[in-house]
Amino acid sequence: MLSETLFGTDEMMTSLMQKRKTSGVVWKVVFLFSTSLAILFLLLLLVSVIDSTFGYVAVRNEVEPHQLVEGKAEVSEFSRIELESVLQEHLSSGILRRVIHEKPLEERSDKDLVSLAEQYVIKPSVVRSWGLGDSLLDQKSIGAFMAANEGLHLSFRSWINWSFFVSDQSANPLNAGVRTAFLGSLWIIMITFVFAFPIGVGAAIYLEEYAQDNKLNRLLQLNIFNLSAVPSIIYGLLGLAVFVRSMEHITSGSFLSSVADTTANGRTILSGGLTLALLVLPIIIINTQEALKAVPDSLRMSSYGVGATKWQTIASHVLPASIDRILTGTILALSRALGETAPLVVIGASTFISVDPSSIFSKFTTLPIQIYQWSARPQGAYRNVAGAAIITLLLLLMAMNSFAIIMRDKISKKKRMES
Amino acid sequence: MMQHVKNHPFGKKHRPHEVVIETLLFLFALFSILITVGIAFILVRESFLFFADPKVDLIGFLTGKIWQPMIGLFGFLPLLSATLTTSLIAMLLGIPLGLFVAIYLAEYASDRVRGFLKPTLEVLAGIPTIVYGYFALTFMTPLLRSIFGESRVDIYNTASAGLVIGILVLPMIATMAEDAITSVPKDLRLAAYALGGTSIETTFKVVIPASLSGLSATFLLALSRAIGETMVVALAAGAGPNLTANPFKAAETITGYIVRISGGDVSYNSVDYNSIFALGLVLFVITFTLNLISRKISGLFHQEYD
Repeated sequence: MLSETLFGTDEMMTSLMQKRKTSGVVWKVVFLFSTSLAILFLLLLLVSVIDSTFGYVAVRNEVEPHQLVEGKAEVSEFSRIELESVLQEHLSSGILRRVIHEKPLEERSDKDLVSLAEQYVIKPSVVRSWGLGDSLLDQKSIGAFMAANEGLHLSFRSWINWSFFVSDQSANPLNAGVRTAFLGSLWIIMITFVFAFPIGVGAAIYLEEYAQDNKLNRLLQLNIFNLSAVPSIIYGLLGLAVFVRSMEHITSGSFLSSVADTTANGRTILSGGLTLALLVLPIIIINTQEALKAVPDSLRMSSYGVGATKWQTIASHVLPASIDRILTGTILALSRALGETAPLVVIGASTFISVDPSSIFSKFTTLPIQIYQWSARPQGAYRNVAGAAIITLLLLLMAMNSFAIIMRDKISKKKRMES
Repeated sequence: MMQHVKNHPFGKKHRPHEVVIETLLFLFALFSILITVGIAFILVRESFLFFADPKVDLIGFLTGKIWQPMIGLFGFLPLLSATLTTSLIAMLLGIPLGLFVAIYLAEYASDRVRGFLKPTLEVLAGIPTIVYGYFALTFMTPLLRSIFGESRVDIYNTASAGLVIGILVLPMIATMAEDAITSVPKDLRLAAYALGGTSIETTFKVVIPASLSGLSATFLLALSRAIGETMVVALAAGAGPNLTANPFKAAETITGYIVRISGGDVSYNSVDYNSIFALGLVLFVITFTLNLISRKISGLFHQEYD
C-alpha cells in the first residue's frame, strides 16, 4: 500500500494525524490565553486605579468638634454664630488676617466657613487608608486596627469628588486637588496645538501633494518616522537646552515689560507647550499623511481637469475631503501630549504650585506631573490622591477622544449630505 | 512668444502665491530635519562640555562600574545594565504575548472578536505611561513581593518595571505584528493548505517565516520603545545607580537618572547638568540606530510583496 511505504502503517499515520491535531489545539489555547491575558492586564490596570480611589480612611483630628462646641460631633452641625466665633478664637492671628483680607468672615458662605474651620482648627490627618477591595472584603482587620488605635474616625471616602476638582495643591492629602494641574494641562495643550497643527499639516501636505520621489524627500520621510520613535525624554532635553535656557528671555516673557512675574526662569507654559509641539509634530504629520492618502486621486484629477491650480485643488478639494480625518489624527496626537510626563519633568515643571496659570509665561504643573509626584511620595494616602488624579486624566482623555469621534461623524455626515 | 503675452486667456497665468505656498510648505517639512539636527547638536554640544570636565574621561565613562557624581565617578555601566535588564524583561513578556495576540487576531479571531479586541488594544495603547508606572508601583510590585517573598524583592525593583513595560509595549507589538502577518499574500496560505498543512502548521511554517522581516522590524521598534521608556522606571525601578543582575533589586536606568536629576534643582553648567545630556546622547544613539534598522528591514519586507 502506498500509505505504508510513505508514512508507515495506518496506525502510525493515525497517531501522526492525532499529534498534528493536538498541537493545533494546544497552540490555539495558547493564543486565546495570551489574548485573554492582554485583556486581563487592561482590567487589572483599571481595577488597581479604582481600588485606590475609593475606600475607608482612618482620620485623626487635632481638635475634636465637641471640644469646640458642646454636644456637636461634626463641624457641619455648627450654627453660623458658633462657626464665626470658633474661627475668631482658634485661628492664629496671621492666618485670620490673611483669611479676612481675602474675604471678610461675614461675607463668606456657611460652607466656606466649615471648610475653613476643618482646615485650620480641626486639622484632620490621615492615619491610614484602605483600598476598595480591602474596605469591602477585609473589614475585620480594619476593625482590629480601629480597636487598637483610639481616637480615630473611620469613614468611607471617595477620593475623587467635587472639591478634588476645584481645590489646588495641599500638604494634606485630604485637601489636595487638581485644579491647578488641570488648567496647566489645558494651557499646555493649547500651545501645543497652536504650534504643531499648522506646521504638521503643512509638512504633510508638502510630502503628500508636492514632493517628488527624490533623495531629499525620502530622507524627510525617513526622518519623520525616526522622530516619531525617539524617546520623549530626549525631547525634554532638547526643550531644556533650547526653550528654557537659550530662549529664556522669550519663553519667560521678560522681553515684554508688561509681564511682572519672571521668576519662572523660562520654565513656563510656553516652553512646555513648545516642547510637546516638537514631540507630537511627527505624529501629526504621519496621521495627516494617512488622511491625505485616503483622498481618491480622481478628485484631484477632476479638479485639474477644470483648470484648477495645484493649491486651488488642495485648498478647495483635498483638504475639505480629508479634514475630518486630519482633525481626528490631530486630537489623537494631542491626547498623547496630554499624557506626557517625562519631557515636562525634564524641562522643570513646577511640582508644588497652587497659583492658577494666568498667561503663557506662568509656571505650571500638569495632571501627569501631579500623578508622578503623588505616586512617588511615601505616605500611603497620596497613592489614593494619585488614583483620583489618574481617573481625572483618563476622563479627560476619554472626553477628547469621544469629541474627536463625534466631530468626525458629524463632518462626514455633512459631507455625505452635500454630495 | 507666449511668455510676453501677460494674462492671455490661453497662457499660463502668473501666480506668484502658488510658488510662495509651495516654498512655505517645503520649509515646514524641512523643519522636521531641523528638530533632528537640533537634538543631535544639543546633545553633542552638552556632552562635549561633560567630557571636557577634568573629573570625567571617556574611557571611565564607558567602562566604569560606579556612577557616583558626588565623588566624581562617572561609569555608566550600572545605568546601562539596569536599562538592559528592564528592556530584556519587557521583551521576554511583550514579544511572545504580543506575537500570539497578533497571530490570533490575524488568523483565527472572528470578525466579532476582532471588533472587540482591536479597540481594547487601542485603549491599552492610549493610556499614558505614567498610569503604567502607577500600576507597577501599586499592583505589580506587591504582587511580586507576595509571590517571591518580601525579603527577596525590594520595594523598588527592575523586574516590576520591566514586566509593566512589557505590558505597555504589548499593544504596539500586537498591532504592528498583525499588520505584518496580514500583509502576507493569501496565495501562500492556500498553497500550504493544498499541501495538507493544518492551520497551525501553515501559520508557523509558512506565514511567520514569510512575515519575518516585518516582525523583526516590530520587535526592534518595541525594544527601542522599552529602552526609552521613562515614567515606569522612574516610579518603580528605584532611585540610585546599582550594578546588579538581580531583577529583584533596585537599580536606576538611564532614563530614570535623567528624570531624577532634572526634576531636582540643577544649576546650569554643573557636571550633573551636563551628565544628563551625555546620557541622553547614549540613549539617542541607541534608539535612533534601532529605529533606523527597523525601518530598513520593514522597507525590505514591503519590496518583497509589492
